[in-house]
Amino acid sequence: MNLQYIGLKEINGPLIFLDNVKGIGFEEMVEIRLDDGRIRHGRVVEIQGDLAAILVFEGTRDLSLNNTVIKFKGRPMEIGLSKNVLGRVFNGIGTPIDGLGPVYVDEYFDINGQPLNPVSRVYPKNYINTGISSIDGLTTLIRGQKLPIFSGSGMPHNDLAVQIVKQARLTGKDATNFGIIFAAMGVTNDVANYFRRSFEEAGVLDNVVMFLNLSNDPIIERLLTPRCALSAAEYLAYKHDMHILVVMTDLTAYCEALREFSSSKGEIPGRKGYPGYLYSDLASLLERAGIVKNAKGSVTQIPILSMPNDDITHPIPDLTGYITEGQIVLDRDLHQKGIYPPIGVLPSLSRLMKDGIGAGYTRSDHQPLMNQLFASYARVMDARSLASVIGEDELSPVDKNYIEFGKLFEKHFISQGYINRDINETLDLGWKLLSIFSKEELDRTDEKILDEFYDHQQAVIEFDLEHNLLKN
Amino acid sequence: MNEVYSINGPVIKVKNATDFKIMEKVFVGKEKLLGEVISISDNFTIIQVYESTTGLTPGEEVINTGEPISAVLGPGLMGNIFDGIQRPLQTIYDKSGSFIKPGTNVACLDMKKEWRVEFKVKVGDYIRFGQIFGVVQETSLIEHRLLVPKNVFGEVILIKPNGSYILDDVLIKVRDKNDVVQELTMVQKWPIKEPRPIESRLPLTIPLISGQRVIDTLFPIAKGGSAAVPGGFGTGKTMMQHQFAKWCDADIIVYIGCGERGNEMTQTLEEFSELIDPKSNKPLIERTVLIANTSNMPVAAREASIYTGVTIAEYYRDMGYHVAVMADSTSRWAEALREISGRLEEMPAEEGFPAYLPSRISQFYERAGYVTTLSEKHGSVSIIGAISPQGADFSEPVTQNTKRFVRAFWALDKELAYTRHYAAINWNISYSEYIGDLAKWYNKQIGIEFLEDRQRFITILAEENKLMEIVKLIGKDVLPDDQKLILEIARVIRVGYLQQNAFHKEDTFVSLEKQMKMMKLILYLERVASQVLKEGKAFSLLLNTNMFEKVIKVKYDIPNDNLDLFENYYKLIDEAFSAIK
Ligand SMILES: Nc1ncnc2c1ncn2[C@@H]1O[C@H](COP(=O)(O)OP(=O)(O)OP(=O)(O)O)[C@@H](O)[C@H]1O
Ligand SMILES: [Mg+2]
Repeated sequence: MNLQYIGLKEINGPLIFLDNVKGIGFEEMVEIRLDDGRIRHGRVVEIQGDLAAILVFEGTRDLSLNNTVIKFKGRPMEIGLSKNVLGRVFNGIGTPIDGLGPVYVDEYFDINGQPLNPVSRVYPKNYINTGISSIDGLTTLIRGQKLPIFSGSGMPHNDLAVQIVKQARLTGKDATNFGIIFAAMGVTNDVANYFRRSFEEAGVLDNVVMFLNLSNDPIIERLLTPRCALSAAEYLAYKHDMHILVVMTDLTAYCEALREFSSSKGEIPGRKGYPGYLYSDLASLLERAGIVKNAKGSVTQIPILSMPNDDITHPIPDLTGYITEGQIVLDRDLHQKGIYPPIGVLPSLSRLMKDGIGAGYTRSDHQPLMNQLFASYARVMDARSLASVIGEDELSPVDKNYIEFGKLFEKHFISQGYINRDINETLDLGWKLLSIFSKEELDRTDEKILDEFYDHQQAVIEFDLEHNLLKN
Repeated sequence: MNEVYSINGPVIKVKNATDFKIMEKVFVGKEKLLGEVISISDNFTIIQVYESTTGLTPGEEVINTGEPISAVLGPGLMGNIFDGIQRPLQTIYDKSGSFIKPGTNVACLDMKKEWRVEFKVKVGDYIRFGQIFGVVQETSLIEHRLLVPKNVFGEVILIKPNGSYILDDVLIKVRDKNDVVQELTMVQKWPIKEPRPIESRLPLTIPLISGQRVIDTLFPIAKGGSAAVPGGFGTGKTMMQHQFAKWCDADIIVYIGCGERGNEMTQTLEEFSELIDPKSNKPLIERTVLIANTSNMPVAAREASIYTGVTIAEYYRDMGYHVAVMADSTSRWAEALREISGRLEEMPAEEGFPAYLPSRISQFYERAGYVTTLSEKHGSVSIIGAISPQGADFSEPVTQNTKRFVRAFWALDKELAYTRHYAAINWNISYSEYIGDLAKWYNKQIGIEFLEDRQRFITILAEENKLMEIVKLIGKDVLPDDQKLILEIARVIRVGYLQQNAFHKEDTFVSLEKQMKMMKLILYLERVASQVLKEGKAFSLLLNTNMFEKVIKVKYDIPNDNLDLFENYYKLIDEAFSAIK
C-alpha cells in the first residue's frame, strides 16, 4: 500500500502535519521527496482522524507547504541486515556511507525491536575479562550485561571504552566469534575517528559495524541511531551466534534529541524538560542486551554518557542507573590526580557479577577480596574527611593506616594505565594491598581465607613501608 | 461499529460512541489489542491500550465486551509467570518464540490440564460466595481451595464424584431460591481493580518474619501490613524484595516485576526453581506467582500488573493463606499513570503526576490486611512496595504519598550502599509503626528481653549518631573511654548485626532465635567491657583483645544449626577481659 500525498498542512520544528490522509498506521514510516529530488525520512507520531503528525528525522529545513510529496510505506522503520554489515560504516539511520555501495540484505528488521520475553532469557553468568583491575576485580563485566560508563566532559571515557574493546577477552568454550557495534550519537568527527583508528590498530575492524550520527548530523536522526545499531546487534547475536559488544556514545545527546522531539510535540515536560517517558524510552534501548535460549550469541552493552555538571542525580544518569545492571563511574578527583582509569570504585557497581565470579569463573577468593577492598576503601574516605578537618597528623594510628592504604590502593590498583592485567594478577595485588593492615582490621573476611592470602611481611617489602604499620 | 479515531501512543480515542462503560474491557483493531475504557465525554471515548499500538490505523474496529478487565482465578496460577495482563509468558514463548508480539491471544490458565478435585460439600448443602467447595493439590506445597464465586447462593443439586477434571468442566450445580440453576467450575473471574470482599478485618498482631535482622529486630512488618522500600538505583530494593520472597514466613508469594529489568525476572524464575524452602524441602517456586511486566513492555500494562498481582493475592488469602506481595517498583506504576494522564492532557499536580495519584496509592495499599475470610478462615495479604525516587530524593510525590499510607518505611541509603553496607537501610530515618502491636507476640514467642535488647540497640545507635557529630570535628581520640566504648559497640552493631550479606550461606537468612542470641552477646560484651573500664583499665587494652572483631564475625562463624556455640563466646569474653592487667 503506497499512498502518496502532495503538500503539507503545517510545519512545526521537526514535525510536519498532513490532513485528509486515510488508512495510515501509527508509527508507520514515510518518505518525503522534495521537489529537487532530495529524500527525507519520517515517522507517523500521532493520528487524529484524518490528520497525521510526522516526525522528520533529517529535520524540516527547506520544506515548504507545497514542495513535497509524501509516501507512506505501510510498515514501521526497518533496516536490512546480513552478515555483510560487518566491517561497514552507516549513518545514523542505517544508510551506508563508506562508499562501498548497498549491503546485501538477508533479513529486514523492525528497528524498534520487540520486548524479549523474560522466559526466553538466559541469566548472564560468564564474565568478560577486560584486563582492567578496577573493573575485573570490583565491577566485573558479564556477557549479556548492560553496564554504562558515567562520565563527564573532559574525562577519558573514550579511552576507557577503547581499552575495554581492545583488551576484552571472553572466557569459556564458545569465546570466539566476537563482534563490536559502535553507535555514535552527537559526538564529534574526532571522537568517531579515534574509535575507528583504535579498532583498526586492534585489528578488529572487519568485525566492527559503525553507525555514525555526528554532532553536525541531523539531531532527530539520533533517535534512530541506537535502534539501528541494536537491531544489527540482535541480528548478529541471535541469527549468527556472535558475541556482540555494543558501545554507544553519547547517551546524553540521544536524550537531548528526545527532549527536542517531545517539546515540539507539545508534550508536558518532566524533570529538566525531559519527557515523562524518558525512562521507558531508555529502557526500550537498554533492555535489548542479554542472552536468549536457543541462540549461542549475546548482546552486551557499554553505553557512555556524560553527566551534565558531573551530577549523578541528573535525570539522564539517574534513569539510566535505574535501568542498567550497574554502572562504572568516572571520578574527577582521581582524574585530576593523574590516575588512569579514574574509576570511582565506591559508586561503581556491577549487579550481575555475583554469579559470574568465584570458583569456576574467576577465583574462589574473589568475592571476599572484593568485599574487604570495598569496606577498607570506604573507611579511607572517612579517614580523609576527618583529616581534612583536624589534619592528618592528628589522626589515630588506625586512621593513618587507612590514609596510607588509600594512597597505595589508588596508585597501584586503580591506576594502571594502558596495561592489560590478568585476573590473577589483579586479585593477588588486592590481597597484597590489604596485607598492609593488621589481620584483625580485615573484618569482612573469615580466617580461612586470610590464612591463605594474608602476608603482612611481603606487603611491607613490596610497598617499601619504611615504618611497620602494625606497630604504631 | 465503533472505530478508532485518533492514536497517540497507548491512548486511542473513539468518536461519538454511546455504548461504552468506564473501566470496560475492549478489543482494539484487527490485532484485537487489549484495552480499557478510561474516560467518556460527549464526543470521545478514551481507551488505554495494553499492547503496542504501532501499525494501528484509524477506522479499525473497537469491540466492547461489557465486562471489566478481570483476573482469571483457578488452579494453575501457582509457580507460573504472567505478564501484566495475566498472559502466561511460557505459553507465549512456546507459541511465538523469544519476542512478544502484540495481539498475542492465549488463555490465562491451562484449559487442558486435568486436576484432581476432592469435594468438600454434598448434594443438599447450601453454599454461598466465598465458601470452599473442594480442594485441588495445585503444587506440592499449595492446596488450592476452590471458592464459590460471587452471586452464587443456593442448594447443591448435583455434584461430580471426586476425580480429575479440566478447568471448564461443570463440577457442581446450585439452585437458588428463584429456582435458577448455576454451574460451578474450577475457574472464576474477578475485576482487578475491585478488592475482594471479606468477612472482617482483624488487628495486626503477628510479624511477617523475614530472617533479615534489621527488619525483624528494628523495623518489623506485621502479617497483613504494608511497607515501602524507597532507595536510589543500586541501593538494594530488589535484593530486599528477593530476600523476602525467598525467606519470609508467608505461605505464598506474589512477586510483581513492574517496569523493571527482564534479567531480574529470569533470575527469580531460575533461582526459585532451584532454591529449596527450608521448612518444606520443596522448591520455592511452588509457592510463588510471578508477574513480569518489564520496562520494555507496554506502559499501560504496567499499571494493570499491580492490580493483577494483588487480586491473585487476595484470592489465595480467601482460601486462608498468608500471602506476601512484592511490588518492584511502584514508581514505575506511578509513572505509567503519569504518562497516560499526560496523553489525556489532564491538569497535572505535583511533578506532572495526576492529582489522583495519592488516592490510587492508598487504594492499592488498602488491599493489604489480616482478615477473617468469607469462609471463616484467617488469611492475610502483606504488601511490600519498592519506590525508585528520582535522584534518590525522598521528597518526591511517590515517596511522600506512599509514606502516608504504609506503616513501615525502610529507607535505603546511597551512602551506605556505596560503602557496601547492605542491607543499606538507614536506621535513623526508617521506622515501623507496627512494633507496639507486635510487642505481645515478641514477648510471648521470643521472650521479653527481645524488645528490651532492641531498645538498647536503638539507644546505642542514637548515641553514636550524636557522638559522631563531635568526632567529625575533633577526632575520636579526645573522647573519654566510656564514649569510645559506645562508638565501638555501635560499630559492632552496625557491622556485626545490621549488615547482612545476602550472598553468604549462613547470613542470608537468620532465625529470630539467632537474632536474639546475637543481640544478647553484643550487649554482654558491652556490659563486661564497661565494667572493665570502670575498674580503671585503658580502652586500648580492651581493643587489643580483639573480642569486638570476634563478635562481629559471629554471624559467619556460628552456623544457624549450631547455636550452642554462643556459649563459648561468653567464656572467651570473660577470659580475654579478666586477663587485662
Ligand atoms: N543484602 C545484600 N547483600 C549483598 N549484596 C547486596 C545486598 N543488597 C544489595 N546488594 C548489592 O547491591 C546491588 C544492587 O541491588 P538491587 O539490584 O537490589 O538495587 P535496586 O535498589 O533494586 O536498584 P534499581 O532501582 O536500579 O533496581 C546488588 O546487585 C548487590 O550487589
Ligand atoms: Mg531493582
